[in-house]
Amino acid sequence: MDHMAGKPVDHRVTEAMLPYMESSYGNASSLHVFGQEAKRALEGARAKVAELINAEKRESIIFTSGATESNNMAIKGVANRNKDRGTRIITSAIEHMSVVNSFKFLTTRGFESVFVPVDKYGFVILENLENVLSDKTILVSIVYANGEIGTVEHIKEISKIVHGKDAYLHVDATAACGQVLIDVKKENIDMLTISSNDMYGPKGVGALYIKEGVRVEPLLHGGGQERGLRSGTENLPGIVGFGKAAEIAKMEMQSNSLQLTRLRDRFIEGLLNPIPYSFLNGHPTERLPDNVSVRYSFIEGESMLLGLDMMGVYASSGSACTAKTLEPSHVLLAIGLKHEEAHGSLMFTLGKENTEEQVDYVIGLMPGIVKRLRAISPLTPKELNA
Amino acid sequence: MYTEKVMEHFRNPRNMGEIPDADGVGTVGNPVCGDLMTIYIKVKDNRLEDIKFKTFGCGSAIATSSMITELAKGKTLEEGMKITRANVADSLGGLPPIKMHCSNLAADALHAAIEDYHKRQKAKEVKE
Repeated sequence: MDHMAGKPVDHRVTEAMLPYMESSYGNASSLHVFGQEAKRALEGARAKVAELINAEKRESIIFTSGATESNNMAIKGVANRNKDRGTRIITSAIEHMSVVNSFKFLTTRGFESVFVPVDKYGFVILENLENVLSDKTILVSIVYANGEIGTVEHIKEISKIVHGKDAYLHVDATAACGQVLIDVKKENIDMLTISSNDMYGPKGVGALYIKEGVRVEPLLHGGGQERGLRSGTENLPGIVGFGKAAEIAKMEMQSNSLQLTRLRDRFIEGLLNPIPYSFLNGHPTERLPDNVSVRYSFIEGESMLLGLDMMGVYASSGSACTAKTLEPSHVLLAIGLKHEEAHGSLMFTLGKENTEEQVDYVIGLMPGIVKRLRAISPLTPKELNA
Repeated sequence: MYTEKVMEHFRNPRNMGEIPDADGVGTVGNPVCGDLMTIYIKVKDNRLEDIKFKTFGCGSAIATSSMITELAKGKTLEEGMKITRANVADSLGGLPPIKMHCSNLAADALHAAIEDYHKRQKAKEVKE
């Protein structure tokens, strides 16, 4: 139940990819038959990804190596290409590290990065965004929905505010795409990051939607593939798999998301109700269908994960102790949690193959795990251990 | 990522709990950093007759706390002061590098408890 970290590839996706690894290994840039077949497959996949987000045309989709590259390309590409118009770039306090670190990098290159705070649910505070948007702002980058706490941002309203100041809006939809209906036209999004693996496609492939007319500079220079915006021979099997995953997501998203939301709410209730001093992270209803993020006072996340792991359950935590940095998740701190509260967080990301029985199994395990660790912890109030 | 020995101590921690009439108590760490340990000792004839711990923290924080109680129990106070972080980690078959600093505080907690014991003894002597 740690789908945020990696999802299984749908078998229909694998089947679609196989021919492009074994027999149809042409290069889409070649003129011969093999090459033309590859080109058709590439453009077919592009059309499917474009349809999923209702892009105006398939050429707006640029294939990349994944969400990290897409985020880097959108942020650095727009910043560098538009610095004649201004140097202020804005993002939120709950972005993925590929966004956070791109902004930090650009700060060292003369740009002025502003991180807008979020409220206790993780919603970007719109007044704060308005206040920092100036005529010199060229880019605003906001996550569609944060994968750690699940909160789905109010993108339409953000879009109005950003375009009121003539800045570009980039949206990182890595966690949301394939779960939530995204419409780049209706929501007026200039650039959108999508990841293949997050919708049961292969790893190592993603896309950046770029609206016509948006001025972006490439990260990779070379043979001029992807309209010159992303050079390098296309990862055809990966892209074909991504296209298939997008096609399946478009067909099945609605029913999958309904089922996941039911499962999610049952899970959250079962994790919180029987256990005192337990809390939900993020918003109760405006959250991703797959996201379950809770916290328990007086104990630490990694020891909970170990307890679950011993029983065959895999989850993740916002605790420093599971990270390389020794700092608790910046997202949990941004929603106002104290360090010790962030350490006690536990996250599950559900997948379409998870069942009610599995969820009930974890719900049944949790009180015992929490009780045992609380008995060991010096922070637990005496009456809880009685 | 953890050795079987670490997991074994995490699953079945030794000497977990408090000693209400402890002769010395040592607390190190900070819930902000994610690790907080308290060691309680009972001293008789200059030996660590009983030792217990309470810990808030990750798996290795709990395992190192448990391990140090095993290493220290029955030892003299001087021997207790000589137990190092490295001794604790070695006895557990090693810890992941990133855990060596943040979650390997048990030796410090034991030393703090022994120092607390000495302080209390001195205070008693002054009173007498």
